[in-house]
Amino acid sequence: MKPLVLFRPDSKFDFVGRRRGFFMLSALLMVLSIGAYIDHGLNYGIDFKGGIVIEVKTDGPANMAGLRNEISGLGLGEVTLQEFGSPDDVMIRIEAQEGGEGANDTAIQAVRGALGDSVEYRRVESVGPKVGDELKQAGTYAVISALVAILLYIWFRFEWQFGVGAIVALAHDVIATIGVFSVLSMEFTLATVAAVLTIAGYSINDTVVVFDRVRENMRKYKKLPLLELLNRSVNETLSRTVVTSLTTLLALSALYVFGGQIIRDFSFAMIWGVLVGTYSSIFVAAPTLIYLRVRENVFGNEDDDKNAAEGSATP
Amino acid sequence: MVQFPRWQRGLVLGICVLGLLLTIPNFVSKQTLEQSPSWLPSQQINLGLDLQGGAHLLYEVKVQVAIDEDLDALVDAVRSQLRGARIGYQGLGTDGPAVVLTLRDPAEEEAARDILRGLDTRAVLSAEDGGRLRMELPEAALRERRQSVVEQAVEIIRRRIDEFGLRESTVIRQGDDRVLVQIPGFDDPSLLGLGETAKMTFHLLHPGAAQGVPGQPVPAGYELMQGYDGDQPEGAPEVWYVVRKRVEVSGDRLVDASTTFDQGQPVVTFRFDTVGGKRFGDTTAEHVGERLAIVLDGKVISAPVIRSPILGGNGIISGSFTVQSADKLAIQLRAGALPAPLVVLEERTVGPSLGQDSIEAGELACAIGFLGVIVFMALAYGLFGLMANISLIVNLFLIMGTLSLFQATLTLPGIAGIVLTIGMAVDANVLIFERIREEVRNGRTPISAIDAGYRRAIGTIMDANITTLIASLLLFGLGSGPIKGFAITLSIGIATSMFTAIMVTRFLVVVWLRWRRPQTLPI
Repeated sequence: MKPLVLFRPDSKFDFVGRRRGFFMLSALLMVLSIGAYIDHGLNYGIDFKGGIVIEVKTDGPANMAGLRNEISGLGLGEVTLQEFGSPDDVMIRIEAQEGGEGANDTAIQAVRGALGDSVEYRRVESVGPKVGDELKQAGTYAVISALVAILLYIWFRFEWQFGVGAIVALAHDVIATIGVFSVLSMEFTLATVAAVLTIAGYSINDTVVVFDRVRENMRKYKKLPLLELLNRSVNETLSRTVVTSLTTLLALSALYVFGGQIIRDFSFAMIWGVLVGTYSSIFVAAPTLIYLRVRENVFGNEDDDKNAAEGSATP
Repeated sequence: MVQFPRWQRGLVLGICVLGLLLTIPNFVSKQTLEQSPSWLPSQQINLGLDLQGGAHLLYEVKVQVAIDEDLDALVDAVRSQLRGARIGYQGLGTDGPAVVLTLRDPAEEEAARDILRGLDTRAVLSAEDGGRLRMELPEAALRERRQSVVEQAVEIIRRRIDEFGLRESTVIRQGDDRVLVQIPGFDDPSLLGLGETAKMTFHLLHPGAAQGVPGQPVPAGYELMQGYDGDQPEGAPEVWYVVRKRVEVSGDRLVDASTTFDQGQPVVTFRFDTVGGKRFGDTTAEHVGERLAIVLDGKVISAPVIRSPILGGNGIISGSFTVQSADKLAIQLRAGALPAPLVVLEERTVGPSLGQDSIEAGELACAIGFLGVIVFMALAYGLFGLMANISLIVNLFLIMGTLSLFQATLTLPGIAGIVLTIGMAVDANVLIFERIREEVRNGRTPISAIDAGYRRAIGTIMDANITTLIASLLLFGLGSGPIKGFAITLSIGIATSMFTAIMVTRFLVVVWLRWRRPQTLPI
């Protein structure tokens, strides 16, 4: 079996030289994301906002108008009904109920009373205001502490310039992932936060591989201009970056298509995040290093004699 | 890197075999497991409530209600004691965690203090400006009370759930005043009435006017209470009763309750303990012809006329019950009343059909994602890709085995974590293979290329995986069950995939090198 080579080993794409174009693209992505967030924020799910979600299965295609009539007569405030995956599957969303904790429970009873046994209750979720606030706080803390921990690790393992480059790429990916939820007004839930955290890990993972190579090449080719060196490093790792993204995307696509309606949004967030993360580690992370004079204080104290000797041994 | 000491080979093979062994119980029925020898692993992966169906309920115990009730009872006791001792007072009431009153005659302060001290020895007495006496419950006493209220609540919920026969359930205390209830395989918690206080008391109705109208005054010592209409047809008129405040017999004197049928109607029969039976007998003997109100959580569920003294300590409640609501009441009466009401903070229930659908969808996604990655790897790296695929299969077993070993809970996001791991697990191998390719291009011999490939890639693999591991470990902090499941499988997956990529694939590569002694690498 002859292996398939995705990228020729001597590929010489000029990623760094064309950085302005890619930076513009990234800037546009950031402006869109942040703009949408400022304009209409995030469409928080009940995990954060509180409220009720009831998924019911009907006998045959759902009579949406009939169901809506039954429920809107209960005076539960804003109620939305939506087909969920298939015509006989309906998602009922009811806004957080006034009247403190426990009011949601009463509302659920009312809906169960109104719909009775005519439907099958697949899922009932209710989050009160207290738990909603707590989950929001826990989510924020988890994201912030993950970012801080990852950055500490990078700072510990690399010189500060790389750290800054990694922050830029990481922030880029996190903002773009949260941004797509704002732009498309997709529901932002606890699962989305999990996706964002995973994307943060993936993005850094991808960036680290490129940076590792940059660092190695710096020791190997001391005379090479920085721009060429960065290009060379990105090109050398390009095949790996793309192959890993492809296998991850293959698995995630399977999850998106076959994994069921409940985790479809989660899969979408992950797919988008992997795409953005791959893009950023190629087109954003390494080119950022050129502005950070990464060369000047990298050498001197390292044991680069050994590495240099080894490097020159390979022609 | 191409050296593989004997002990390392043993270790790699040992871990692989162990992973496989630990996975097997998941494909075997529970019965077979019980019959298999005890030295064989028998732990199975737990399915989360979102996969097997079930109810997850987070309650808050309204401890303040219990404390307020305590204070009200204390006020009553103070009133009757002071009256008994003929000590004049005014402004008796509660103020925060304290009972306050002002004596008419300051000279009686010592006597009053003695009486108050006798009522609750923990209370701190102090005199305020204007001759006001303050009897305050100290923080330590309040804390103790809150503690015991929550513990009691946990205990009673547990009893109620047991009575319903839902034995797989867990009831645990969370934080200061919360109770988490998880009931697998049950998806309509409203039928259980777990959060209802179910405090039952027996009162007399006003002998003259048994029914009243809201808003109109009632005689002193009486109050208006709504009739229980839960199971009445919609539109039935509301009924309000004039109930004497004094509790004749309290429900905590009940020793048994059960559902029976009376003329085809479900009714609840109950039995009092000796003291309760005697009181009940006395009350009914003294008030033949009057009406007795059976009050549950502030509503009159039944108000029968006392036709003759009921002396045996047994009674019947014939409200307008359905079989379900009668069963619920009987169980609540048997398990006892909650010391304070509970409110639902969070509820997540999943029906059995959705759980089954999720399992099937998750399995399908797993299989297809797995297949896609395997085909891709074989195409991209040929023979080496096949070796990586063997590692990937081993990796799946290791993930399943680890989950079984720790009897971790597998949730739908957990399955997503496994699928994601399948995609990312090959990354370490990809890094190594790409490195080997480069070394081959640089003109190295196969053995030296493989050696250098592994040596140089390992640092990068560590850096790359540790960052992802940090992120997934912090996901644990997100609390909620399903997401935790994702964090668990992702963390385990990262660890096992590093092992399989570095050890298992390398093992295969080394074996192959020794066997074929290739002149060129098919990579």
